[in-house]
Amino acid sequence: MSVTVYVPNDSAAIGVGANATAQAISRIAAERGIDLRLIRNGSRGLFWLEPFVEVVTDEGRIGYGPVEAQDVPSLFDAGFLKGGAHRLRLGPPESIPYLARQERLTFSRVGIIDPLSIADYEAHGGGRSLRAALRAQPADLVEEITKSGLRGRGGAAFPAGIKWKTVLQARADQKFVVCNADEGDSGTFSDRMILEGDPFVLIEGMVIAGLAVGATEGYIYLRSEYPHALGILTAALRNAEAAGYLGTNLMGSDRRFHLHIRRGAGAYICGEETAMLESLEGKRGMVRPKPPIPALSGLWGRPTVIHNVMTLATVPWIVDHGSAKYAEFGAGRSRGTLPFQLAGNIRRGGLVEMAFGVTLRELLYDFGGGSASGRPIRAVQVGGPLGAYLPESRFDTPLDYEAFAAAGGMVGHGGIVAFDDTVDMARMARYAMEFCAIESCGKCTPCRIGSTRGVEVIDRVIEGRQRTENLALLRDLCDTLSNASLCAMGGLTPAPVLSALNHFPEDFQRPPAPAPAGRASRTIRRH
Amino acid sequence: MEPRPPASTSQATPGTRETLATIDAVIETHRSLPGALLPMLHGIQDRLGHIPGGAVPRIAEALNLSQAEVHGVLSFYHDFRNEPPGRHSLRLCRAEACQAMGCDALETHLHQRHGLSFHGTSTDGSVTLEPVYCLGNCALAPSVLIDGEVRGRVTAEKLDRWIGELKADRGGNP
Repeated sequence: MSVTVYVPNDSAAIGVGANATAQAISRIAAERGIDLRLIRNGSRGLFWLEPFVEVVTDEGRIGYGPVEAQDVPSLFDAGFLKGGAHRLRLGPPESIPYLARQERLTFSRVGIIDPLSIADYEAHGGGRSLRAALRAQPADLVEEITKSGLRGRGGAAFPAGIKWKTVLQARADQKFVVCNADEGDSGTFSDRMILEGDPFVLIEGMVIAGLAVGATEGYIYLRSEYPHALGILTAALRNAEAAGYLGTNLMGSDRRFHLHIRRGAGAYICGEETAMLESLEGKRGMVRPKPPIPALSGLWGRPTVIHNVMTLATVPWIVDHGSAKYAEFGAGRSRGTLPFQLAGNIRRGGLVEMAFGVTLRELLYDFGGGSASGRPIRAVQVGGPLGAYLPESRFDTPLDYEAFAAAGGMVGHGGIVAFDDTVDMARMARYAMEFCAIESCGKCTPCRIGSTRGVEVIDRVIEGRQRTENLALLRDLCDTLSNASLCAMGGLTPAPVLSALNHFPEDFQRPPAPAPAGRASRTIRRH
Repeated sequence: MEPRPPASTSQATPGTRETLATIDAVIETHRSLPGALLPMLHGIQDRLGHIPGGAVPRIAEALNLSQAEVHGVLSFYHDFRNEPPGRHSLRLCRAEACQAMGCDALETHLHQRHGLSFHGTSTDGSVTLEPVYCLGNCALAPSVLIDGEVRGRVTAEKLDRWIGELKADRGGNP
């Protein structure tokens, strides 16, 4: 009888040797005449345990990790195919506390199924929502999403139902559904994990959105920094078409939905929805002024539903289980769950899907186990490069959109980057300005020019030149960026800068040091 | 290492016949796509490793755009390059999560040990170093992307080994 073994095909797992581990398992099984079925799944998101190998036994799946290629012979010797004892044996994955404590809705299948198998997808509940949606009235679908309380998971947290209703009510010869898969925030990888670990759920969510608003064309704008996800998603689209999830006769009905993938080209600003539309149209990724809102005048001027990967990938769960069930999770006006991502200097980095309301301290210590270096965690940046840096005094704030904003933070896309006490916050503030200078689209002056001036002002502070005057100037510049920028790029760049300045003022008063030599001229390039 | 010069369309290097044939084939494949310009540029760079200046007027004509518009798009995006890269691509992530795990020290190491600076190619033409802002591998930082494959928990010693392998490998990018 054949034994089934899972080795993740997630790019983070591959980055620490999962391909070599998979090859070693196949090779040794062949040498020993063992009939072994190797499945490349997504990652469970327990990255410090990657490559995380699972074997299907009579007692269910048993996990081993981290399994490097050199460990594989000893695993065979220990009888791991029957769940045998070994120093890397972790037991049933679901019993690992990190996973057991989670509330996985959007990620319910990731790491469990073969990402490219429709049969596996459907055996784990996939496809039911699309079949239900094909029988439903569009307005009822919109109502269901509205009642669930689902808000945009890309960071802006706009209520998805309102967006859908606007597009449904718009009259046009063509409407679009666009998925923003330009996950550029440092510290985030949940979109990538869905794309690589359960791509059909995103496809299903997009088709349901199309049925709800009357759109028959969809685009996924995928960042070029995710070449592995592109390969998996491309294959998933083919399989979805063959299985009737896409195309001209959805599930044998007379409804249709066509989906296209477009590759980004390394511009962070194209994660901003209007810049992304420009890029999809084949132009420079320059931000558009709003109004008109994309829901009324989006891609090629047509009504367009734009959502992040996570928002769309959550739609099937809501349609399948009901909006009331989804809304049971969460806190305040933040309903449901958010897949948080623990990153940076953290001992157990990974994907933690929890209902809104969990605190930073629980995530950093109960899940993350403190810093990777063993030193105290001094600062945490939440919500990507435009998110504030928070000191330990804010670690007990619940992570829901409103409560976190009241504490001066931004939940954003749920990325959490930890820094230990060796961090120099003046340099992190400088980097925030530098990043804005590199990635600004150049449309508005505060962002385009203010960011470069910001780097220069912070350099003078670091060098110890007229600190009081330059710090006043920096605050003034941040005020201009906040209030006069066209989009969140310039508007929120002051958040990391000012939070560094307000929470860690001592770092701006260190003994004068040379500014990071020449870095700006080496990396900032004009568009 | 000089920063790369701005893309020039006026000094379009007359490509070889094969280069132009490749460009024309890519243009032909993509010209009817809505929003065809980015797929076209990617298609050309995937095959040739860069976008030769000679491609710009051909793309402009196929899409009924001005050469300035094509150049504007080409120069906006960090990915596109108008000169051939080294045989292998090394991209070092310098976003916050990787900074928290010491990517700045790796950048310094690449410069001091291997003479590699951002946007520059090693003198033997084997490796081009580019910065990248997040590879989605932030739980296993610091990260690099080598010829399209992510590697995590990178150390200076691992970089030395991988660069040695890249330099020894005569194959690689077009």
